[in-house]
Amino acid sequence: MRLTSEENKMLAGGQGKAVQKAMQILVALGNIYGAERMIPVSSVQIAGVSYDNLGEAGLQFLSEMADGGGRTRVPAMLNPAGMDIENWPALGIQPDFAEKQIRVLEAFSRMGVTTTCTCTPYLAGNLPKLGDHLAWSESSAVCYANSVIGARTNREGGPSALASALTGRTPEYGMHLPENRHPALTFEVNAHLGENSDFGALGKLIGEKIEASKAIPYIVGIESTTLENTKSFCASLATYGGAALFHMQGITPEAGFYSLPSEVMPITQADLQAAAASLNDAAGSQVDFVSLGCPHLSIDEIARIAHLLEGRQVKVEFWITTARSIKHIADQLGYTRIIEAAGARFAVDTCCVVAPIRGRFSVMATDSAKACYYAYAKNRLKTVFMPFDDVVRLALQ
Amino acid sequence: MRLHGRSIFSGTAQGVALVTTQAISFFGGVDPETGVVVERGHELEGQCISSKVLVFPTGKGSTVGSYTLYRLKHNGHAPLAILNAECETITAVGCIIAEIVCVDQLPIRDIRTGSLVCIDGDVVRFEPPTDNMNNGEQP
Repeated sequence: MRLTSEENKMLAGGQGKAVQKAMQILVALGNIYGAERMIPVSSVQIAGVSYDNLGEAGLQFLSEMADGGGRTRVPAMLNPAGMDIENWPALGIQPDFAEKQIRVLEAFSRMGVTTTCTCTPYLAGNLPKLGDHLAWSESSAVCYANSVIGARTNREGGPSALASALTGRTPEYGMHLPENRHPALTFEVNAHLGENSDFGALGKLIGEKIEASKAIPYIVGIESTTLENTKSFCASLATYGGAALFHMQGITPEAGFYSLPSEVMPITQADLQAAAASLNDAAGSQVDFVSLGCPHLSIDEIARIAHLLEGRQVKVEFWITTARSIKHIADQLGYTRIIEAAGARFAVDTCCVVAPIRGRFSVMATDSAKACYYAYAKNRLKTVFMPFDDVVRLALQ
Repeated sequence: MRLHGRSIFSGTAQGVALVTTQAISFFGGVDPETGVVVERGHELEGQCISSKVLVFPTGKGSTVGSYTLYRLKHNGHAPLAILNAECETITAVGCIIAEIVCVDQLPIRDIRTGSLVCIDGDVVRFEPPTDNMNNGEQP
C-alpha cells in the first residue's frame, strides 16, 4: 500500500499507541484485500458495544485504546448496547452487568465517540449522502447505506471501525470501488409485498440464495417501498446472506446505472410464504415476550404502536426498541405516555439481539426476520413471526 | 524447510505446530477461558491451541472472534503464533490487537502437527516432527 507521510507517522507511533494500533489494523486489512491506498471516511459506526458480546477482553481493549490517547477524527456513533442506559433496572438488567456496560460506554466516550447506541444511525442524526465513503459495522445499516442511500462502506468489524474513527481513514477496497458494486444475479419478484415482515421474508429468501456466491442481487418487480420496508429488508438480507449491497429497480439510487444480469431467479408468492413459515417454529406455544424494533423503530412505527395500544393493556412483556433521539420525539408527541400507560416498555439504546436475555423467555413474537435468526442462535428462543400490527394485537390478547 | 509468507503481525516465535485443514471460528468455536476447540465436528475439537503454532487455512464466523483472540491472550491461552493460507479480517484484527505473531500466504499443507516451527517476520522454518510427537502421545 502507498501511505501518505501523515499515515506513515501514524503507523510509526508518532501520534500515540492507539493511533498506531488503529493504523496497523487498517494497513493489514488493506494488504489482505489488495487496497492501493487509504481514503478518508465521512462517518463511522462501531459495533461491539454490548458487554454481552464484548466480555471483559473487549472492555479491556477499548480501555487500552482510550488510555493510549485515541480520539475520533470523524463523527462516530455506536451500535446498540446491552441495555437501556437510563432505564435498565425496569428491564430486569443486573447491576453488575450495568456497571460493565457503563464502563464500555465511558471508554468510547473518552475517545470522543457519540454514545448514541443504534442500528439505524441514518434515523438518529447521521444520514450520509450518495457516494460518501463510510466505515460502518452494523450489518443492516451497512446494507442500507450502500443500497438505499448509495454511500460506500464495507462490512466492518468493531475494531476496524474504531480504527477508522481514530485515523479518519479506511483502506480502499471492496464496496469503496465502483467495479465491485455491479449486480450479478437478477431476482424477479412476482408477489405482493406490503408488510415489513414480507420484506423480511424476501430478504431471507434472497439472502440464502446468495450466501455462498456473495453475488450482488438486482431485484425487479417491487413497485414501491416505505423506509421501514427497506430497513427490514436490509436487516434480513445482511443476516441471511451476508450482503453489503443490493440494487432494486426503480427504488435504489444506483439501480439505473446497471443493466439486468442475465441469470434470473423467479420469486413467487408461494416462495415468500414458505420463507415466512420457516421463521415460525413455536406452533402451539405460549408467547411470553413481544419485541418490535429490529432494526430500531422509526417515529412512524412508534406512532402506529401508540394508535393500536391507546386505552388498552398488554398482557405480556413487550419491548419497544429504538434510538434515544427517536424516543425523545415520541416523548414530545405524546406516544411514550400512551405506550407506557398500556404497559409496554421502551428499551432504548438496546435490542432483543444484544441484551442479556438468555433464559428469561421461551417464545418471542416479532415482525423481524433478523430478530428470529438471533433469537434462536443467541438466546435459544422460539419465534412467532407475523406482520407488525398483528404482533401488537397479540400482546393485547 | 523454509517458507516465505506475508506478515500480518510481525514478530518472532518458536513452538510446536497444531495443524488443521478446516477453517476456525474463534467466537463460539474456541473456549476463551481454556483455549480448547469446542466447535462440534471440527478436526481439532477437544484440542488445546494454547502456546501452539496454530496452522489453519483461514478464519470464519463472527467478527467478535477478534476479541476472542484478545481474551485468549489475556488469559494466557493464546496460540504462540498463527499461520494461514489466506488470512481474513477476523483473524488479522484479532492478531493485531492481541499482538499474536501471524503470517499468511503459506503452503500450510507442508506443515505437520508436532513439527517444531520457527517464525521470524515473514520467514517460517520448520523441522519434521519427531517420532514421539508424531504419534501424538504424551510422555
